[in-house]
Amino acid sequence: RISNVLLCNVTDRVSFWFVVTDSSQNVTTVPESEVEAAIRMNRERINSAFLLSDKTLQFLKITSTLSPPVEPSTPVWLIVFGVVICLIVAGIVFLVVAGIQQRKKKNKESTERENLEEKGEVTVTVENGIPCETLDLKAGHINGVFAADDERFTSL
Amino acid sequence: LSVPPEIPKEDGRPKWDNKFQYILSCIGFAVGLGNVWRFPYLCQIHGGGAFLIPYFIALLFEGIPLLHLELALGQCLRKGSIGAWNTISPYLGGVGIGSWMVSVLVSLYYNTVLTWVMWYFINSFQEPLPWSVCPLNENRTGFNEECHESTAVNYFWYRKTLNITPDVTESGTLQWWLILCLATCWAIVYLCTIRGIETTGKAIYVTAIFPYLVLTIFLIHGLTLPGAMDGLAYLFTPNLNTLKNPRVWLDAATQIFFSLSLAFGGLIAFSSYNPPKNDCEKDAVTVAIVNSMTSLYASIPVFSVLGFKATTGYWDCLDRNIISITNEFDLPEESIMRQNYTAWISFLNSSYPEKIAGLKLKSCDLQEFLDQSVSGTGLAFIIFTQAIILMPGSQAWAILFFIMLFSLGLSSMFGNIEGVFTPLLELRIISKSIPKELLSGIICLICFLIALCFTLGSGSYWIDIFDSYAGSLPLLVIAFFEVIGVAYVYKIKRFSKDVKWMTGRKPNLYWQITWRFISPLLLLIVFVAFVTLQIQKPPSYAAWNPKYEGFPMKEKKIYPLWVLAICVLLAVLPCVFVPLVALFHLIKRMCRSKDPSFVPPEVFSCQGANS
Repeated sequence: RISNVLLCNVTDRVSFWFVVTDSSQNVTTVPESEVEAAIRMNRERINSAFLLSDKTLQFLKITSTLSPPVEPSTPVWLIVFGVVICLIVAGIVFLVVAGIQQRKKKNKESTERENLEEKGEVTVTVENGIPCETLDLKAGHINGVFAADDERFTSL
Repeated sequence: LSVPPEIPKEDGRPKWDNKFQYILSCIGFAVGLGNVWRFPYLCQIHGGGAFLIPYFIALLFEGIPLLHLELALGQCLRKGSIGAWNTISPYLGGVGIGSWMVSVLVSLYYNTVLTWVMWYFINSFQEPLPWSVCPLNENRTGFNEECHESTAVNYFWYRKTLNITPDVTESGTLQWWLILCLATCWAIVYLCTIRGIETTGKAIYVTAIFPYLVLTIFLIHGLTLPGAMDGLAYLFTPNLNTLKNPRVWLDAATQIFFSLSLAFGGLIAFSSYNPPKNDCEKDAVTVAIVNSMTSLYASIPVFSVLGFKATTGYWDCLDRNIISITNEFDLPEESIMRQNYTAWISFLNSSYPEKIAGLKLKSCDLQEFLDQSVSGTGLAFIIFTQAIILMPGSQAWAILFFIMLFSLGLSSMFGNIEGVFTPLLELRIISKSIPKELLSGIICLICFLIALCFTLGSGSYWIDIFDSYAGSLPLLVIAFFEVIGVAYVYKIKRFSKDVKWMTGRKPNLYWQITWRFISPLLLLIVFVAFVTLQIQKPPSYAAWNPKYEGFPMKEKKIYPLWVLAICVLLAVLPCVFVPLVALFHLIKRMCRSKDPSFVPPEVFSCQGANS
């Protein structure tokens, strides 16, 4: 039943001319512009029918429209940027707070040391190799030989 | 009375946690973006392996002596650049101020380069990579015209990243995405330098070591790519004829000088935190050799990838020609392959010359593709990104590459910021009660606000200006005065005694000769040659102008007068402090010498400060 195939201009590659006829209207050929528009819209289906692509199946005088690249709703780079900036801000806050705490501790220590020094002498005086502070602060050991009876001593 | 044991004088100066941290910081400061994108380019255009000869001569007679000088100076005087030079001699105080000024100017624009790296990094997480495809035009029948005429990578760099204007006088608008990335970069710098070397010392372990890991990964992968061997052969084939060109020697000397980050004051700051008795001679030699070895090591993966890119470009060119010929002559598929292309072309040219001429085929030459050499940002953001698209798993390679560039730049930024920070801490203008965190925050904030100018449309032209004028000439002048100052004002005999006190042995003949004669002479020659080359032709720049006839070639334009004035200002401003301060002190002394009660200050010595 193959009746509409004519051979001409044989080439080494698979190529063909075709016309589209409209059988419902007295076998007239459909004009070129309509065929072009139809092919443009259904390019994908025609390609897949031949198992070819835009690169391997070429329609002369019909340039293919290209599909735009897929773009997510939020650009990916903004998400990555958000992650990076959160990490950095967290690091800065941590270091600043740690620095403030360290400084408060150092201030407290230095004020304690100042108060101690005001009570005793300013410099550490040394008596017989023992700092006076320890002599002052530590409770003395009562020597029983000397401080035993008050009756030994004559009352004044 | 018993006497408490002698305690060493605690001067409250921060210290390195260990020696390794200090060496790593110096190496990180010296090893920067230039090792990756300038040294391989110089090797390529100056005769491959033959370039190593002037490079190592310059290293031996200029790089290592100057490095040792700076490290010994900082260690002995235990002050930043301004304080150190004021101590050596008040007349030389201008050298310190000049160093400080250069560090400020370089910090400003260097971080903007890191901004671009960060922008590419956060865009590398997309599939497909945004610089691999052109966006479509309005009616979706083809690609955006600017993109189609150049390439997708060019379009992404010039339009999507920089949004560049066609002229340096047209400022354009602030690019909000670059502002975000700039803020991020300065925040990272603040995070790492918040307490001076206490924090950079910890950060340097990552930023200095990580690039070596990535370079090794790229080396292994690069060597497996097709065409890598062509690239490497092209890089290393020595062509000794180039040594006759004095330009080669000049480039070697300047490359060594800028690569080691001399005269910034950052090295003086780093070594000032050392204990006084430290072997600075060994440190200097170590840092210089590691820096040069890194340059060589980095050029291998760079050139493997460039060879791969050239080969792929060559194959693409061949394939396009093959398709046109196959279509024109209606030949069966795969009758022409890359291997028999030349045979087919000669056959067809002899039989159908008019048809072949009508096809307007591009001549494909591998050598031409290899010759497309670029240095600087073009290498990283155009050529390398193009090569990465061709590799399988491109996202991973892109992410690795840009993190590596970021670490390399960040560790250099630490040195720059330390060169700004340390002298400010010692100046008596800043009161002692200001916490370090606040001072570093103020410095980073001010630098961020000034660097916003570089996010304008014309920003990349301004960065080129800063790089060529502020980051080159003043350094040569300052280094020259450094060597002269130490050798002839402070006197080499005193300096040798100080170095002997620090390292335990007297500097040998090599150091004496280089410090006294060879290095100053070499610096003078380099300076004169540099200036001569600059003034020979009017300074021009290459502008990206889509409306230019020769587009996608860049349009060569000349700087207008007011821009030239800024260039001269940038180059002269740091240098002018050297004579100004000397003059100021001279006048002060002349006024004071009329006053009989004036007692001259006592002579300074390294041991005196520390024993």
